Amino acid sequence: MDENEIIERRACISGVGQSDIGRRLFRDPLELTLDGCLAAIEHAGLTTADIDGLSTYPGPMGTPAGFSGAGAYDVIDALRLECGWYGSGLETSGQLGSVVNACLAVASGLANHVLCFRSVYEGSAQGDKGRAAVTMGGGGGSFKASGFTEWTLPFSAPSAAIWIAMFARRHFHEYGTTREQMAWIALNARRNAELNPKAIYRDPMTMDDYMAARMIASPFGLFDCDAPCDGATAVIVSRRDRAKDMRNRPLRVEAVGVRLDGRPSWDQFDDLSAMPNRGAGKQLWERTEYKPADVQMAQLYDGFSWLTMSWLEALGLCGVGESGPFIDGGTRIARDGQLPLNTHGGQLSAGRLHGYGFLHEGATQMWGQAGDRQIATPPEVGIIGAGGGNTCGALLLVRE
Amino acid sequence: MPDAEATAVPFRILPLLTDWNRDFWTGGARDELRFWRCQDCSFYIHPPQPICPTCHSKNIKTESVSGRATVASFSVNHQPWMPGPELPYIVAIVEIVEQPSLRLTTNLVNCAPDDARVDMPVRVTFEHHPDPEGDVYLPLFEPAE
Repeated sequence: MDENEIIERRACISGVGQSDIGRRLFRDPLELTLDGCLAAIEHAGLTTADIDGLSTYPGPMGTPAGFSGAGAYDVIDALRLECGWYGSGLETSGQLGSVVNACLAVASGLANHVLCFRSVYEGSAQGDKGRAAVTMGGGGGSFKASGFTEWTLPFSAPSAAIWIAMFARRHFHEYGTTREQMAWIALNARRNAELNPKAIYRDPMTMDDYMAARMIASPFGLFDCDAPCDGATAVIVSRRDRAKDMRNRPLRVEAVGVRLDGRPSWDQFDDLSAMPNRGAGKQLWERTEYKPADVQMAQLYDGFSWLTMSWLEALGLCGVGESGPFIDGGTRIARDGQLPLNTHGGQLSAGRLHGYGFLHEGATQMWGQAGDRQIATPPEVGIIGAGGGNTCGALLLVRE
Repeated sequence: MPDAEATAVPFRILPLLTDWNRDFWTGGARDELRFWRCQDCSFYIHPPQPICPTCHSKNIKTESVSGRATVASFSVNHQPWMPGPELPYIVAIVEIVEQPSLRLTTNLVNCAPDDARVDMPVRVTFEHHPDPEGDVYLPLFEPAE
């Protein structure tokens, strides 16, 4: 093996699939998961007999409620898969860390076609309690905080909304970023969601609507926070040398970014105006001859609106500190702009499918299969970034 | 005469006390904010861990700091996630003056939400929570001026 080989290029994305998506579907989470998985297998032109690998994020988890619809073994058993390689886990480079692991598995010859999935049912699990149902340890009484919650729960800071709001505030302070600029992440997402039949929120939203929404944790208002939902997303990662005649043109994994530098922590990270995705961005561009200017489409995580701005900077799609002016007015990031962004509506409007929704949308656009919201010329080069805080991963995809 | 209800100690989820964190969470009984510190290279260590991250020495013990800090960032929380302080309240990350990397998440108190600023100087003040498993003194911060 060439020690300088960028080994992820042995892998490609060959199919994507999704279950029904809804705010609260009250469906069996494993059923939704299998719907998404079977849709992706069919979309790739494969059968379950072809699938010989499986990867998922985060694996089985009981809490927070609805955070994980199924684990690896659930799906392996339900579909009677035989796997040369499989794995799951929370401690990886974000939700897409599971896809990167699959790329490495096919590159190393342990599998030919890896089924990757992310399944959530947070909408139904929260029921009528809203987000109060998913904050950790709200029971009071004798419950005591331990682990990483020890350092936030006693200060009544149970939510990532607050933790990430403090990064956004620092960014505002250092670079003069404003809520009027940040709003364009939400407004652009909603414009795109209007054309996505699977999106959760499709009614038009104006700047006045955004500004009038109630404050959650400053500078985040309601429309800066994504929408918990139910649904499963799956992608197939295939060996590229076996993918030439598959149903969809292979989307080569040109480079991945999974580097973690700085402390893996929300409040101990050295630069509160950036995020550990800066390491992922740096590593990704070190592994390819492509440049940020070559990127024709970006699908970047928006669990909270500012996270997308952080990804734009981390991936060099704009300068550090310049994401506010970059997105201002929404022209550049519109479907017909220089860098179409979150063309399905992101998690803000299309629901928190948790990272995989961005990869699903990116691949769909690159294959020209995005229906009413299709970018006029399907992008040949697209970038996907997912995660926040210490858990971040990115993929640069090139259509062959 | 302060309003009794406004000055009441709010509901808090308290930390599970261990030998590693007891000095941090109870030092307020003596008005002390205490952190682990490497006795070989003088590096303050937080959250607690069994060796110094800088020189890997196990020769560490807790020491008190001045309690002075600056606000690295903050958020005014309006969302009723759980029982707690009266809304809105300020969550902040403060950086202790003794060492640039020595930070904690906390609350800014005795400060109107509109008066909170990044980089403002603050000082520690403790919120006492009696508890059958051991009283806890949460280190909160207030404007230093």
